[in-house]
Amino acid sequence: MRVGVVRFPGSLDHESARRAAEGAGAHVEYAWHADTRLPEGVDAVVLPGGFSYGDHLRPGAIASRSPIMNAIRRHADRGGPVLGICNGFQVLCEAGLLPGTLRPNAGLSFVCRQVELEVVDAETPWTAGAAAGARLSIPIKNHDGAWFGDPEEGRVVLRYEDDPLGSTDRVAGIANRAGNVMGLMPHPEEACDPLLGSTDGRRLFEGLAR
Amino acid sequence: MSETSAPIHRQLGLTDDEFAQIPELIGREPRPAELVMFSLMWSEHCSYKHSRPLLGAFPTEGPRVVQGPGENAGAVDVGDGIVAIFKVESHNHPSAVEPFEGAATGVGGIVRDILAMGARPIALLDSLRFGPLTSPRSRHLFAGAVDGIGHYGNCIGVPTVGGEVAFEECYEDSCLVNAMCVGVARADRILSAAAEGIGNPVVLIGNRTGRDGIGGASVLASAELGADRDLRPSVQVSDPFTERKLIDCCLELADRDLLVSLQDLGAAGLTSAASEMASKGGVGLDLDLDLVPLREPLTPAEILVSESQERMLAVVTPADLPAVLETCARWELEAGAIGTVTELRRFVAHAGGELVVDLPAESLTDQAPVYEVPLDPAPPEAPLDLADVPLPADLVAAWGHLLADPTVASKRWVYQQYDHLVGAGTIVRPGGDAAVVRIPGTDRALGLTLDGAERHCQLDPRAGGRRAVLEAARNLACVGARPIGATDCLNFGNPEKPPTGWRLAEAIGGMSDALRALGTPIVSGNVSLYNESRERVVYPTPVVGMVGLVEHAERSLGAALARDGDAVMVIGCGVPRLDGSIHLGPPRGRPPEPDLGLETALCDVLATSAELGMLHSAHDVSTGGLAVSLAETAIAGGRGLSVTIEADGRADEVLFGEGAAWVVVSLDPGRVRDFEDRLAAAGLTIVGRGETGGDDVVVRLGDDEVRMSVADAARRHEQTIPAALEVPA
Amino acid sequence: MSKVVVTVMPREGVLDPQGQAVRGALVRLGFEGVGDVRVGKRIEIQLDADEPVAVAQEMVDRLLANPLVEDAHVEVDAA
Repeated sequence: MRVGVVRFPGSLDHESARRAAEGAGAHVEYAWHADTRLPEGVDAVVLPGGFSYGDHLRPGAIASRSPIMNAIRRHADRGGPVLGICNGFQVLCEAGLLPGTLRPNAGLSFVCRQVELEVVDAETPWTAGAAAGARLSIPIKNHDGAWFGDPEEGRVVLRYEDDPLGSTDRVAGIANRAGNVMGLMPHPEEACDPLLGSTDGRRLFEGLAR
Repeated sequence: MSETSAPIHRQLGLTDDEFAQIPELIGREPRPAELVMFSLMWSEHCSYKHSRPLLGAFPTEGPRVVQGPGENAGAVDVGDGIVAIFKVESHNHPSAVEPFEGAATGVGGIVRDILAMGARPIALLDSLRFGPLTSPRSRHLFAGAVDGIGHYGNCIGVPTVGGEVAFEECYEDSCLVNAMCVGVARADRILSAAAEGIGNPVVLIGNRTGRDGIGGASVLASAELGADRDLRPSVQVSDPFTERKLIDCCLELADRDLLVSLQDLGAAGLTSAASEMASKGGVGLDLDLDLVPLREPLTPAEILVSESQERMLAVVTPADLPAVLETCARWELEAGAIGTVTELRRFVAHAGGELVVDLPAESLTDQAPVYEVPLDPAPPEAPLDLADVPLPADLVAAWGHLLADPTVASKRWVYQQYDHLVGAGTIVRPGGDAAVVRIPGTDRALGLTLDGAERHCQLDPRAGGRRAVLEAARNLACVGARPIGATDCLNFGNPEKPPTGWRLAEAIGGMSDALRALGTPIVSGNVSLYNESRERVVYPTPVVGMVGLVEHAERSLGAALARDGDAVMVIGCGVPRLDGSIHLGPPRGRPPEPDLGLETALCDVLATSAELGMLHSAHDVSTGGLAVSLAETAIAGGRGLSVTIEADGRADEVLFGEGAAWVVVSLDPGRVRDFEDRLAAAGLTIVGRGETGGDDVVVRLGDDEVRMSVADAARRHEQTIPAALEVPA
Repeated sequence: MSKVVVTVMPREGVLDPQGQAVRGALVRLGFEGVGDVRVGKRIEIQLDADEPVAVAQEMVDRLLANPLVEDAHVEVDAA
């Protein structure tokens, strides 16, 4: 499986996303924001976390207007898998590929901590293999992670057990109706190595292949 | 502080003597721009004129040292052809004026120092000291500094994994903000700042130059803060997004061998960067200031001393220049050649077709004046007489009080605002004794800590200097790391006023004793003087940043009790005393003298035991004493413990005293015997024994028993900082 | 060359935590009679165009505001 990990100026979690995808057996290439095409033969796309364009104007806003986004949109329209993590989730919402938007955290500060997530929809490619109601332990680290929108416009995949951010309906991760595009604020690439405390993130990277 | 009727050189911060030295050095009167340059380069912050003679006492050599003091940062070998590159720096005075930007730009500056060596930054730590949280000003500075550090560190994607925060009256007017950065590089690819290659272009990369920090270095860092607080225009403004691009761009340039040398622009901006590059390389630089991209119109002097952030200066070959400029453009960074490397060892600059600077490069750097500080000592402190100190009627209440003391209390509110995970390499997270970060691409890891011992230094600076170093080493040992190198930030008052100079010399002496005993060299560092106001002088506050090696990352340890039914042991050497302790109140008495031999043996036994997988947790006993550490290890592990302590001393001395080198460990009961043998062989003592389990922390000492539920201890420990700032916990 | 000013504010009815935080701080500083506070952005653009308002409106639609949570107002600064 070939995965394209997108890099914008200010992307930060692309290398760890690459390692996580490789850990799931993928061959990974970086896609540059200014390119108009995805790398040859890419089966799945990951938009990693970070502070693209310094979060200026709105987090993900400027990145979502990059040339590469047209290619990603075409890939998504064809049913290709797209996974947006944190800033990547913000970019997908700004690009209209996922419903809603991400707003400042309720406490108005950056929050970095482990959270417990509940699998709400076990039928998506991202969560197949998990039972509905299963718990995943994955860290969040963001400043603007409160998802705001109408959950009915997509498929709620993951919810926070205890939401420290103030999201609508405790939504931590949501997919489009077709299920091939998913965004989540927590960082699964930080939960793929037993030494880091949890390997619950592996499942989402394995979902790239489904 | 400035009188507008005073001569220009005095307004710039030069003494009459210094002003008189300049024509002797350069053979004529200085041009206006040159005078401004001297005033900055000869300021304390840039020249270390009062501290340089004393810094020679530090041990700086060792088999792992690849780069000692003298470059942008120090480098030690960590195996596999990789070096760890690190340094700590202060940004105290700017943070007192504008805490958010002061702290943020402090982070930016130290990261660029590491980047200038061609290293990838992989971790940040910060050491913060403020006045008591009852002071609105100190709350403002604390919250602002944390916000600024988080804002910058998070946006550039370097995890902030550790550090310390303390609150003492003496820092009310002079807060301390020290930032440490650690990076990694291939040993055969380290960059130097020394310019090379006659005719090579000098390229300026990054943000445009503006009025930021004009006169910042000399105005703020060298003078005591006076009553006139409107110093806002001198503070630099941060742009972490540009810094992130600078990191990515410079690492690519270094990787592709496109750089001859690299320097960051920090205090005194272009003047400092260019003169350092010239003197180190034994060459000259000829700059055309018209080629420097500007944010707004600036005079030549202003261009030369502007402290606009997020700028690097590179020397490249003419053949590589197009590739360098293309790379910078791809990373959306402005870049351009602004001069050339010349043969004459002079710093030359033109503007508008006129010569504005023509100085021997060394006159600004190596030939800066050096001063001997007065070494009049403070009278020695008398040890505490316990007869004068009443035993607390309620030991549990005193314990609870300590857990809730802001210096002791949980700093979760701080580190949850820091991205301490980015890079997926943080194996031991903040909240314990030290952090552990994987060395990328290997199975090894670095232990990282940043520690001070200001209370002990105030009472006995030599013993305090030893303590700061040993504290750092013990913190590393508690995560299973062996020290391989250190960096230091010396935060002191005005060295011209006794006994500060003596304290500085003594602290350096004590630190050096301990570093030698540990076989750990200093490879970089920073000095910040004049941290005082009319009313208050800071305690002598040497801060030690220490880096350790964990040979097998999976053997690293944390501070949290891991399992019910484990054995708990309190081990180490020395005897705690109330002298200098937080429990006693403002520092008084004479803290115990650390035993170098036994304390280094303790670190060795801990690291070896961790490597062998013998221990489940280890937590250092330091500020707050034994009872606090027992509670902390229980809180972190979410489970209780009970121990019986056998130590001489009054109950409050044993429970709340400081200055002993004790560690609380937990381990499988089956490994206890083996561990005891190792301790005995090293001459170390077992002070307490018990087991994990239950919901309470129970300590038995002679006829006394103190008990607190883990839940209650956690509540007290966690609530202090959020409650003081009136924010949700 | 015109100077176009775009003011982006949180939409009515959308929670504005920043506005609430600012309001709380003002009240704690002792200001009385403080009602609702909302915090937005002011974007100034030097624009060389025949119809600056129309161009700026398109900038708003394509980038400057997120219609889910923000409203924008465009005007040309006569000076």
